[in-house]
Amino acid sequence: MSILGTRVVRTEDPKILTVGGTYVDDLREPELQGAARVIFVRSPIAHARITGIDTADALQAPGVVAVLTAADMDDLGPPPPPAEPGAGEAAPMPLGGPWQEPLLAFDRVRFVGEPVAIVVCDDSYSGADAAELVSVDYEPLDPVVTLDDALTDSTLLFPDAGSNVAVKAGGPADADAFDGCEVVVERTIINQRLAAMPMEGRAVAACFADGKLTAWVSTQNAQIARFILAGAFGMDPAGIRVVAPDVGGGFGAKVGIDRDGIIVAWAARRLGRAVRWAETRSENLVAMTQGRAQRHLIKLGGTRDGHILAYHLDVIQDTGAYPRMTGFLAFLTSLMAAGAYDIPKVQTAARTVVTNTTPISAYRGAGRPEATAAIERAVDLFAAEIGMDPGEVRRINLVAPDKFPFQSPSGALYDSGDYAAALDKVLAGAGYQELRAEQAGRRERGDTVALGIGLSSYVEITAADAAGGETGRLDVHDDGTATVYTGSSAHGQGHHTTWAMLVESELGIPMDKVTVIHGDTDLIPLAIGTYGSRSLQLGGVAVQKAAWEVKDQAKAVAADMMEASEADLELDAETGLWQVRGDPATAKSWAEVATHAGAEGLTASVNYTEGAPTFPFGAHVAVVEVDTETGKVRLVRHVTVDDAGTIISPLQAEGQRHGGIAQGAAQALQEEVVYDRQGNPQTGTLVDYAAISAPDLPSFELLSMQTPTPVNALGVKGIGEAGTIGATPAVQNAVIDAVSHLGVRHIDMPTTPSRVWAAINEARGL
Amino acid sequence: MIPATFTYKRARSVDEAFSLLADGGDEAKYLAGGQSLLPLMKLRLATPETLVDVGRLDELSYIRDDGSHIAVGALTSHHLVATSELLGRDLPLLAYAAGQVGDPQVRHRGTIGGSLAHADPAADLPAVVLALDATLVARGPGGSREIGAHEFFLGLFETSLQPDELLTEIRVLKPAKVGWSFQKFTKRAIDWAIVGVAVQGGNVALVNMGQTPVRAGAVERALSSGAGLADAAALAADGTSPSDDFNGSTAYRQHLARVLVSRALGEARGRDGG
Amino acid sequence: MDITLSVNGSEVKADVADRMLLVHFIREHLNLTATKVGCDTSSCGACTVLLDGQSVKSCTVLAAQADGRAVTTIEGLANGSGEWHPVQRAFRAEHGAQCGFCTSGMVMAAVSLLSENDSPTEDEVRSALEGNLCRCTGYHNIVRAVLAASASEGTGE
Repeated sequence: MSILGTRVVRTEDPKILTVGGTYVDDLREPELQGAARVIFVRSPIAHARITGIDTADALQAPGVVAVLTAADMDDLGPPPPPAEPGAGEAAPMPLGGPWQEPLLAFDRVRFVGEPVAIVVCDDSYSGADAAELVSVDYEPLDPVVTLDDALTDSTLLFPDAGSNVAVKAGGPADADAFDGCEVVVERTIINQRLAAMPMEGRAVAACFADGKLTAWVSTQNAQIARFILAGAFGMDPAGIRVVAPDVGGGFGAKVGIDRDGIIVAWAARRLGRAVRWAETRSENLVAMTQGRAQRHLIKLGGTRDGHILAYHLDVIQDTGAYPRMTGFLAFLTSLMAAGAYDIPKVQTAARTVVTNTTPISAYRGAGRPEATAAIERAVDLFAAEIGMDPGEVRRINLVAPDKFPFQSPSGALYDSGDYAAALDKVLAGAGYQELRAEQAGRRERGDTVALGIGLSSYVEITAADAAGGETGRLDVHDDGTATVYTGSSAHGQGHHTTWAMLVESELGIPMDKVTVIHGDTDLIPLAIGTYGSRSLQLGGVAVQKAAWEVKDQAKAVAADMMEASEADLELDAETGLWQVRGDPATAKSWAEVATHAGAEGLTASVNYTEGAPTFPFGAHVAVVEVDTETGKVRLVRHVTVDDAGTIISPLQAEGQRHGGIAQGAAQALQEEVVYDRQGNPQTGTLVDYAAISAPDLPSFELLSMQTPTPVNALGVKGIGEAGTIGATPAVQNAVIDAVSHLGVRHIDMPTTPSRVWAAINEARGL
Repeated sequence: MIPATFTYKRARSVDEAFSLLADGGDEAKYLAGGQSLLPLMKLRLATPETLVDVGRLDELSYIRDDGSHIAVGALTSHHLVATSELLGRDLPLLAYAAGQVGDPQVRHRGTIGGSLAHADPAADLPAVVLALDATLVARGPGGSREIGAHEFFLGLFETSLQPDELLTEIRVLKPAKVGWSFQKFTKRAIDWAIVGVAVQGGNVALVNMGQTPVRAGAVERALSSGAGLADAAALAADGTSPSDDFNGSTAYRQHLARVLVSRALGEARGRDGG
Repeated sequence: MDITLSVNGSEVKADVADRMLLVHFIREHLNLTATKVGCDTSSCGACTVLLDGQSVKSCTVLAAQADGRAVTTIEGLANGSGEWHPVQRAFRAEHGAQCGFCTSGMVMAAVSLLSENDSPTEDEVRSALEGNLCRCTGYHNIVRAVLAASASEGTGE
């Protein structure tokens, strides 16, 4: 029996559970002995002109090696050329030209937390003292904090750009788009800003010796980081080695390397001394990219018997102080706007707008949770308006199983699925009718604690950049062990376990004899890495294909050894033995075959590109209790069906779902990055940023469904982001459903107690 | 993040603590469990030049039945207060509330005296000692004095302790068996209360409804003049001035105070006469 | 100042700055790097170790305060013959770790809980972990693991 699909415990865990993972700040490599600490001096003001920087006092402080500002960056080349005007989502990422983001700020600061100078010091304690001695003079400018502030263009973050709108796409609905709709619902809703908040913040250690820069980076993509560093420093990529050691979570905010990390690597080169930096949480919560931050105007119309005919989504993406993602997030939201529904007319508009806040980038889902949140709210508003059960409205409008591949009206080509089956399964699993009966009972009795049931049906896109592919190399050694070099870059996903399972399954080499290596550009120069739920379907399939190639090589070698025809040979994938079919006496082990292969060895390198992205789907039911006197919400159950095609590692696929559900519930219930009117972060520590914790959540109820995709040989789709995409609207809808009998139709996320209380009061006319 | 430089001195006796503090000058502070002070120092919101660690003064860690009253040493950890059989039986409000402070790690290190002396109006125990009409015993170089809980909390992070005085004991007259309740309304379990309520018999104290913990005088007067629970609870926010921030508006906090007082009074009544 | 303490059963003597935090002493002086720093405000629990057998946040304890005490980190959790603690075993069996950054602190918090309450309910486990944040697992399998390691479900096998 194949090991695939069985509950294999992880190979990563023994180290984590005994001596801990080795994250950047844990590295004790010889090259980093005596490394100096980098401490950032960051802007305390959201928008200001820098009129002077005085580093003299800091330079005199004990242990200080250097204090560096933008003026010291004279060894770097000119900024990249401007993007073509109106380049839209095809523009380079990030936007250059008038939108250019500096490394260290030189003339202006545009958000609280923007790096202005660095203090390089023998140790972090002295460095923290010295950093306080750097004196920066700021001449405050009007802060542009809200989207409404930004859209007036009365104060510009980038005067040369002429507008705070960096990218525009789409437009208003056609004049006749909603003709024939008996009912139209329309509403502005907020998809609030979130902190990515991986448990390990950003961290970089770097040294420069003999013309070679080595950087250990807490990254999802060592190779992209190398590409970025080479560009920033005008270096040949071959002169740079980037290593991703253990990485403590990324969630999209550790793609490549960002500005702060480039500065640290630059300092190592500039000073010729090893340096290291591991950001504090206080830095992380203001200077690591954040996510979501969209405002939607949703408009959905249909017939009184529940058929949705038209939908328009107007997205305004707050991209923070610098448009690092260009228009990409709003583009993904627009692409997935139609959700899992077969809606005749779907149109979108999108604007990406700069504000004096922390830059926005990918965060678990990156544009897709926003799309799902919008359509799922719109469907619930529509259901409430026509007085139909929200499950029924969904069932009527979901894409039918016989329509795949399905061309979505918002532009995506959905590969496979049975959306209604997922919905039916989750409703049955949750006991939907019983829940509705209990809800009705509580309402009749006038219970203080109301029950809410929230649904979401979703489809999402994974490996959106499938054509970019992923690399995998497999070597089988003459001792019968194997080494995988993967371009995928795990930061909690357990690729080492899953890739070893794939090798065992294909070749019969037991998992414990398979070593998996990732994230070292000297060993794996060409790769993309991990984001967008791409790894298994690209990097995993690459390993599978490399295993096939190695198998072909081995077959030829074994045939030679056994003096048999290749056609007569077979590999017993259970035992890992080659033999002439039906003749166990001829059996040869992998060690023997690899030894016989000699100098050429058994090795295959694959750069696997997939023809198309895949579209996982599912349905969630959230059950909440709302204390109608205080507004406090408790998530009491969360039931899901998440179909990501064939499941290779069920334990880990469930783990991905759990984590995503928690982050989705966190957005719906409690997490939000908040700024005051001056652009000062109000959630700059974990005391104030309400990261979700164990007592805030129930155990989750996961139902399984597997519809293999025809797109790849494993039949797999991505699972990493299903949770945030499916759970967020289900939980939000549940909260609103709980108080719908009081007249509440919508509550923006996060549905904090004070917001729920205010919504109830408003509905009651108080 | 890292505290600014300071000099650390460890006291081996209460008297030595006084002299070490005197030697440390104006910017010297006592350090007990450090669960309130050290986080502020790491953020450099507090920068004492000398810390006098009183955390080893084991003679100030005790929970005792002193006949007419129950005495809790100021350096008793929240964990010991929360798990004390004696308190669980005779002063359940204090034991229960101590179990709501911070998280288990904080409760292992943090002390009742440290929490009271820190005087954060959002903290749980200040309101509890207020509801208990506790007496706080302070010792200084010149001797001991007793301070009623009602005159202990002067303002935000401000108490009637002199800079060189050390809180040594929390003393509560052995109560009759009366009903009690502690209601803590938070965003997350670990968070400070947005609003909290401590009820002991007819005493009602509020967490985070002003610059100090406060007694809900209007509620207490209404109760003592025979008002019903609901009518009394409706007065819970009278005279309060809670903050207005992204965790809740002033109006919301005042509403919560009324709801939580109502619930607390109901729960206390349910436990009454035991 | 000079301090002497026991770390994972071995005596350690050092001269540390008065302001040295215990977590930095453990990580930078002793090079025991399993204990992590995840925040500045005693919120996340990644730095949780046992001090005289009880869980504490080592980012909020001075090294000087640990003088004369016994510190246990996850590196010292296995018994003398290298056999894992039931909580370690259960975290593996239940897939309680993903990125692993919170894991050491989470395990130590769980060990402390079980030493005070050997058969907690699910709600008690969740409450006991209120001071330990995890961003990957949604806590589901962490809670399962702690329950599996508790007396109520055997010994974590």
